[in-house]
Amino acid sequence: MDVSRRAFFKTGMAGAVGITVFGFDARPLLAQASSLKISRSTETRSTCPYCAVSCGVIIHTIGDKAKNVTPQVIHVEGDPDHPINRGTLCPKGSSLQQDIQNERRILKPQVRRPGSDHWDDISWNQAIDEIARWTKKTRDATFMETDAKGQTVNRCESIAFTGGCTDTNEFNYLAVKTMRSMGIVRLENQARV
Amino acid sequence: MSDRGTLRIQQISAHPGPVAGEGVQRQDKVCKLIDTTTCIGCKACEVACVEWNDMPFQTTYFDNTYQTMPDTDWNYWNLIKFNEDQHDNGSFAWLMRKHQCMHCEDPGCLRACPADGAIVQYSNGIVDFQQEHCIGCQFCVSGCPFNIPKFNPNTKKVYKCTLCSDRVGAGLEPACIKACPTGCLHFGTKDDMKFLAENRASQLREVSGFQNAGVYDPDTIGGTHVIYVLHDATKPERYGNLPAKPRIPLSFTVWKDIFKPIGLFGAMLGFVGVVMHYVFEGPRREQPAPPVVRIDPPPPPAGKEN
Amino acid sequence: MTNGWIDIKNTDMMLIMGGNPAENHPCGFKWAVEAKLKRNAKMIVVDPRFTRTAAVADLFCQIRAGADIAFLGGLINYAIENNRIAKDYLVNYTNAAFIIKDGFKLPEDGLFSGFDAATKTYNKSSWNYQEGGNETGKFVPGVAGEQPAHGDEAKAAVMPVSTAAKGAASTPPPPPPPSLPPNIAYDLSLQHPRCVYQLLKQQYSRYTPEMVERITGIPKDQFLKAADLFTSVRTNGDMKKVATIIYAVGWTQHSFGTQIIRTAAMLQLLMGNVGRAGGGVNALRGHSNIQGATDMAGIFDILPGYLKVPSPADKDLKAYLDRITPKPAKPNEWESFNYWSNTPKFMVSFLKAMYGNAATKDNDFAFHYLPKIDRNYSWVEIWNDMYQGTVKGLFAFGMNGVMIGPDSQKNIDALKKADFLVVCEIYPDETSAFWQAPGITPDDVKQINTTVYRLPGAGFAEKDGTFVNSARWLQWKNVALPPPGDCRLDQDILAQIFLKIRELYQKEGGKFPDPILKASWAYTLPEHPSLSEVAKEINGKALADISDEKLGVSLKAGQQLPGFAMLRDDGTTSSANWLYCGSWTEAGPMMQRRGTDDPSGLGIYQNWGWSWPANRRVMYNRASCDLAGKPWDPTRSQVWWNETAQKWVGNDVPDFKPDSKPEEHMGPFIMNPEGVGRLFVPLGAMADGPFPEFYEPIESPIENPLHPGQSNNPVVKKYKTAMDKYGTAKEGYNIICTTYRLTEHYHYWTKNNPMNVELVPEPFVEIPAELADQMGIRGGEKVKVTSARSDYIAKAMVTKRIKPMMVDGKKLYQIGMPIHWGFLGISEGEGRTAKTPANLLTPTVVDPNAYTPEFKGFLVKLEKV
Repeated sequence: MDVSRRAFFKTGMAGAVGITVFGFDARPLLAQASSLKISRSTETRSTCPYCAVSCGVIIHTIGDKAKNVTPQVIHVEGDPDHPINRGTLCPKGSSLQQDIQNERRILKPQVRRPGSDHWDDISWNQAIDEIARWTKKTRDATFMETDAKGQTVNRCESIAFTGGCTDTNEFNYLAVKTMRSMGIVRLENQARV
Repeated sequence: MSDRGTLRIQQISAHPGPVAGEGVQRQDKVCKLIDTTTCIGCKACEVACVEWNDMPFQTTYFDNTYQTMPDTDWNYWNLIKFNEDQHDNGSFAWLMRKHQCMHCEDPGCLRACPADGAIVQYSNGIVDFQQEHCIGCQFCVSGCPFNIPKFNPNTKKVYKCTLCSDRVGAGLEPACIKACPTGCLHFGTKDDMKFLAENRASQLREVSGFQNAGVYDPDTIGGTHVIYVLHDATKPERYGNLPAKPRIPLSFTVWKDIFKPIGLFGAMLGFVGVVMHYVFEGPRREQPAPPVVRIDPPPPPAGKEN
Repeated sequence: MTNGWIDIKNTDMMLIMGGNPAENHPCGFKWAVEAKLKRNAKMIVVDPRFTRTAAVADLFCQIRAGADIAFLGGLINYAIENNRIAKDYLVNYTNAAFIIKDGFKLPEDGLFSGFDAATKTYNKSSWNYQEGGNETGKFVPGVAGEQPAHGDEAKAAVMPVSTAAKGAASTPPPPPPPSLPPNIAYDLSLQHPRCVYQLLKQQYSRYTPEMVERITGIPKDQFLKAADLFTSVRTNGDMKKVATIIYAVGWTQHSFGTQIIRTAAMLQLLMGNVGRAGGGVNALRGHSNIQGATDMAGIFDILPGYLKVPSPADKDLKAYLDRITPKPAKPNEWESFNYWSNTPKFMVSFLKAMYGNAATKDNDFAFHYLPKIDRNYSWVEIWNDMYQGTVKGLFAFGMNGVMIGPDSQKNIDALKKADFLVVCEIYPDETSAFWQAPGITPDDVKQINTTVYRLPGAGFAEKDGTFVNSARWLQWKNVALPPPGDCRLDQDILAQIFLKIRELYQKEGGKFPDPILKASWAYTLPEHPSLSEVAKEINGKALADISDEKLGVSLKAGQQLPGFAMLRDDGTTSSANWLYCGSWTEAGPMMQRRGTDDPSGLGIYQNWGWSWPANRRVMYNRASCDLAGKPWDPTRSQVWWNETAQKWVGNDVPDFKPDSKPEEHMGPFIMNPEGVGRLFVPLGAMADGPFPEFYEPIESPIENPLHPGQSNNPVVKKYKTAMDKYGTAKEGYNIICTTYRLTEHYHYWTKNNPMNVELVPEPFVEIPAELADQMGIRGGEKVKVTSARSDYIAKAMVTKRIKPMMVDGKKLYQIGMPIHWGFLGISEGEGRTAKTPANLLTPTVVDPNAYTPEFKGFLVKLEKV
């Protein structure tokens, strides 16, 4: 390594000495490509959350997972091993870094009260208590055990659950388990529309 | 930084004397191949470029087109040009061409640049700007036959595509190449890319009925390290004013050809001083002068870009 | 997708229609480009607009939005007329030879037999096969001009036809609910006038190139060019080449969406393209896990693994299982695997997963813990009923219902009537902020009594778990970083809400608390269920020591199941979704595998992730072989019959009974009780006809040229609230409008991402240059688009990529608008995106089979602002 480095200097300096006197600087001779921003980042394999091609992505975070670091995403690029996308990404996948590290994220639970024109902060415990109370009250008031013909129906028609397109299988199963167990029949998803 | 394996310098702007690094190490010429016939204008390359290079975002405006902005910018080095190409015979095409630095073998920007070391060409063919040496004179802007270098009025420096020299130097492909979903972008040695490009062009001629399909690698500037496959290589102007025969303005070739021998004659130092004066004083008066003398001015586009 | 993304590279011909993959699935589209580059495959694109997919196509046809069935029906007619069909495939792998009951009527007047105008439903009893045996050769055509007989000696040799009509002796009385006959009558010569093939031929003989031009607006010569090109893969019946059909929501989002897809499937069966590498009918799903959400029953009418939701008439588990478990229905001489005969094993294992020890034989495995339904509760019904005051609470986990529409204003007004709304999101969305929608005054806000909880969830990089892609691949993703701020993982939020509700029922009692109290929740950290534990529960495990000699598997209680063949209906196995059984076995999480080997070069990648069902990558792949079990094209060998080993083997997992000899003539479509592909759908599977028929969209500028008296789909219902208005051309709504996504944006999500906003900053309306010239509209000027529901204001994009069309002698214009803007986004407050949820314009009307709204092809007026 050093050999080439010295060779580089020697050839360079010979030509440079003369003109440095006149204000030119020798630094350009050392001009190099800048260093690689992901050279020491941590790589995590994930799946793009947008369309159903499900491209493999590599999420680059600063830090080596040491205890004192909260990871910060600095770059996302395609996973070259992934058989479908083979490292490529579309303009949405290519901008995922901006989706993860985004100043518009909601960071705390909020509530909008009846008649109010603004959001109020609410603690998680309070929010979950209130939501559970609403659900029970509404379910108990409208639950049907049998229909007009006397057939068992065990259903609650007054509450709906709508799931999104990025909910995982595991989340969706928990939704089925909890909602169906409450008798909720209005279970719908982005998959419908 | 200058360990083996990183990029070697072949040419330095405004640099008298032998160029450091030339011939010290073997380095194959690299090339980016852009097959416009499989480009879907998705702009993944645009985003990959902005993302990798951490460029600040800018506000854009709707302009009756899918094209992100009218032209590349100092913080937007890579732009798909969209052209609705309607012919009198009723045939219609939506041509999309990725527009960015062509990394000319004979770079007009480098020839025009009066600041020592502000523009370098690595021996693999990549032309790279070194902003710390840029004096903001914008001669490179005039020297470029493709209108690529863009001036940032705040930093008073000029910027353009680096062909991801940081990635290439570390053994990675450029960001745009990696992202491209359809593979219309390809990266490798110039020889390999020429081979792929010619193959694709002949497939287009023989199978797809594009009789004028061909490869764009203009010899007027010694070839480029970014080459195109076009459905119609006889009319590159259809693809958002890609010049058929790009040339470096005569003024710069003359200037460079005089300057360089003089630089090599170390004895004529006084003359260098005169040139220095010209460099730091002259250019500003000349700025509003008519732009580049084009040998082949491109005809006006067939329709409004869209 | 019947096939997969990479498999597209194996094709010779692509018909891309009702989808715009270059823009919406760019990274999957690479394999379409690969087919062009490596195989010289041709690409035909049919779309209302010249899209970025069209830009790289070999042939583009501009179609009127919603006219797809006419185009595809025209292709069926062309293929039959020009003998570009796969005869052996057709006779043996589809129900072409099956004879339909007397009394079935084709819809020359727009109606099939059995229509009841009062209820707008069909009595489908005549949509059935005739009971009987082999009728081959019994019908002798006497008229000149008949097609030559399709049955040939070669086929007869492979498939010995039994002379003893086994089922003839039985004379069962017709049971009250009609069912498929166990012994179906058939005519292998395809000459019987009521065989499916002849009916099909008759049905689509009306879809002449002239009629296609009248309906679709595609000039006859262009249509013929496309028809010739597409069917050229089957020139003279040669089976080597393969064509694929690729579509997306451009087909589903119509009041006849399912039937468009059926027409495509029929065309592919007719041409022998299903089950083959480079073939199939390929739905490109638009979101990362809506395939998984469907498999996992995030929708009202199914349980996980496509089990039907019980109805009130199912008085117990047995009645339910008897109703939904199909019995084989086939020609006696053929075999049918009838895979759904395993339904009881799937269902009992599901109930065991849901209710654990509380599900016992004695309580019917807690069958009555599940709610029973007998009506449609789908997406638009939620909003319609909320608008009418019967839905009082809504949970929306990552689902922006206001923006998704249809009829966003109706959805906003519906939310005003709800008691509570719980939204879990990562960005502020229009649904949680419905009370801040443009047009709501400070006084209005005071009248809105809905309590809204907005809970900060976690982004994709902050959660692990499985997505299922369009090719049915399950892929696990890893956590890259923790959620920011006070955000919580979505599964934790749901678990904590549920456990709190359970606590309330424990303490206070309430209506039917049993399922809430007894749902199994055996996660190590109940309030933070680990998704690995949930994924293992979904796969399922043995609950007792079980073994299967034939499979050579024996399991100890507690061990993960290796696949759905091990499921039991006696409560000794649990599996939350039989389709995913095999995804997390004793060998570990199969969906986390990263094997990159592809020895066949067909892009199968057996060891990458895991694909349902049973890790097979191309469905129905038995059909890739001829009757003897040899691949139609040996250069694309997926599976084949190994005579020495006496089993099906191959590069892919055979989608078939592994030891079924070709002589047994088992049908390749093992999920149908017939074992064959359905050109004709018998009985109740389709609400609107056993064959697809072209109907006009609910809002259409013309009367249906086939039968003006029955212009629309007869079973589609219009909604009746004050908000539900439908426009007509007479009222001035005479421009066809369609909605779509852009490459640069993703639904209502990337309007929060500065990078995507930089690419396309503002909403716009694409307007044909000719129409813009007439109206004096220049590019960049603001225009107002008005439908019977509402209006929308955005800038005009004047383009030559949409041409005026001649439809049924009338000059018509189409315009289009991307859907990506609402009233909350980066451009918020700049006045650029205020009045632009595109779904303000769309009508509440749905496909009667899939209940998907008609977002495409509605009527609008256009004016300069």
